[in-house]
Amino acid sequence: MMRSLSLACLLFVALTGVASAQLKIDITNGNPSATPIAVVPFGAETAGLPPETDVAAVISADFNRSGQFRGLPRQDIVELPTRSADVKYPTWNVLKQDYLVVGRVLDAEGGAYRIEFELLDVAKQSALLRLAVGARPNDLRGAAHQIADLIYEKILNVRGAFWTRIAYITSTGTGQSRQYALMVADSDGYNPQTVVRSREPLLSPNWSPDGKRLAYVSFERGNSSIYIQEISTGSRQVVASYKGINGAPAFSPDGSRLAMTLSMSGNPEIYVMDLASRRTTQITRHFSIDTEAQWTPDGQNLVFTSDRAGKPQLYQVPASGGDPVRVTFSGEYNAKASLAFDGKRIAMAQGGGNVYRIAVLDRSLGGSGEMRTLSPGNLDESPSFAPNGSMILYAAREGSRGVLYAVSTNGAVRQRLVLADGDVREPAWSPFRQR
Amino acid sequence: MKNTTRLLLAALVCTGMVACAKKVKEEPVAPSEPVDTTQTQTTTTEGAYGPEDLDTDSCLRQRVVYFDYDRADIRAESQAILACHGKYLRDRPSSAMTLEGHADERGTREYNLGLGERRGNATSQALQANGGSAGQINVVSYGEERPTCSESSDDCWSKNRRVEIVYTAK
Repeated sequence: MMRSLSLACLLFVALTGVASAQLKIDITNGNPSATPIAVVPFGAETAGLPPETDVAAVISADFNRSGQFRGLPRQDIVELPTRSADVKYPTWNVLKQDYLVVGRVLDAEGGAYRIEFELLDVAKQSALLRLAVGARPNDLRGAAHQIADLIYEKILNVRGAFWTRIAYITSTGTGQSRQYALMVADSDGYNPQTVVRSREPLLSPNWSPDGKRLAYVSFERGNSSIYIQEISTGSRQVVASYKGINGAPAFSPDGSRLAMTLSMSGNPEIYVMDLASRRTTQITRHFSIDTEAQWTPDGQNLVFTSDRAGKPQLYQVPASGGDPVRVTFSGEYNAKASLAFDGKRIAMAQGGGNVYRIAVLDRSLGGSGEMRTLSPGNLDESPSFAPNGSMILYAAREGSRGVLYAVSTNGAVRQRLVLADGDVREPAWSPFRQR
Repeated sequence: MKNTTRLLLAALVCTGMVACAKKVKEEPVAPSEPVDTTQTQTTTTEGAYGPEDLDTDSCLRQRVVYFDYDRADIRAESQAILACHGKYLRDRPSSAMTLEGHADERGTREYNLGLGERRGNATSQALQANGGSAGQINVVSYGEERPTCSESSDDCWSKNRRVEIVYTAK
């Protein structure tokens, strides 16, 4: 299984020609119990040259990454139907495939494309989905991710999160020539774009709920300051630059407020800023370090890190203020929460001493919840849930560089996203995009 | 008298700092000058520091204070550095410094920003106890963002858990 997945991945990389500066994706383990699905190469029914993007390969790689599906490796695909009428179901039965995807790329007006596809149930020999997606000529990958989302939702009844983006920080060079950048890329690491570059540290990117802006921390003024930047235009403003720490920005689910850490009172406390009036309300009051606030999906509470009990642990407090309640009880060090959309699963960096790993606390069963470790590394941190809760991005150390991993929330599949040069860290998964 | 003060401080530094001399970033501890033991002890208030001492005085040339893992307590070995810089701040009321607080890479980045600040504040308090005033000291935490050493090892981490004293006015 592992081998066939890595072969599929190699093939995928070879077919699409990854530029060296892009994130490279390796699948490090596979899930033998994943649902088998064959995505047949899409037919190119265009007047000009066939498009460069291999749409079927993008879709298949998305499925493999999810941990829920196992795409049939390209070399095992012996027939190449592009519409359901040409499908010989016994072939796919022999190959033990549950589902089959066929499709074709057609010309649309103004140089655009129209991608028609069909999702077929091999056992029932019937179509589950028959749709067309439009694509701008330079965005066939985006269209492929949208198709993967539609298929994922049809089969699993859970909205797909492949057509989303990730933000992360890179650091390149050393000493005086060190450069930091806030980057945005597709969820599979393709199409990386620089949002902001700085000679001073950048950290803690956080998406606005509409996916159009990023809040982040920059040291370019000599001390930490919180910025909010429009991704498409690059326009930005400083929202917090008080004495002391200005850190850990987090947009509220409705986008009207920004939780943050400020230490103007003398030590780090959680504040909530109303973005329209810029008025801040202090939420925590304790001599310990209180930081890394995240909103519960209903916008009513904040989960944050505090070392008020000696070592960092997660606490929850009403977003209007009140008494914090401790959330984590197992593990010496629990910090930097990321909440799934259901509010019941909380990913965090868990550890102590020299070992830090990603753990997920599931509170759906009541009590203090059930804690499960998801990553095997030594210095894993910064977990970030996909908007559908199916996967978690996190940062790991390998040697003296930082790399990103994506792990399926069921722990079945883990894969590495490596930038060719420098240190990659602090991934933040975007919200769903609006079609 | 000024020389006596400096010699006494140098002696203090040499005895107190030998164990951590290799960790000091700025300059190695200067070879100890012969201490004139015939001179009577005087209080440190009598010899005032001047700006040139920042470049020549073996204690003032040390600008880094180190910390234990996840701690912000001032180690005994740092007392000498904090004593001479505190005295410098008192002797030179127009002087000012920024304390840059740092953490090692373990733990989360934002928590480490807090930890770096906590170390900066502890250093600031120790400097004030030694004669500096709050208005002369600015604390900035860089958390784990500016390591001096980039390997994941105990040796490296111990070098990165630090507060750097940066004079902004002499």
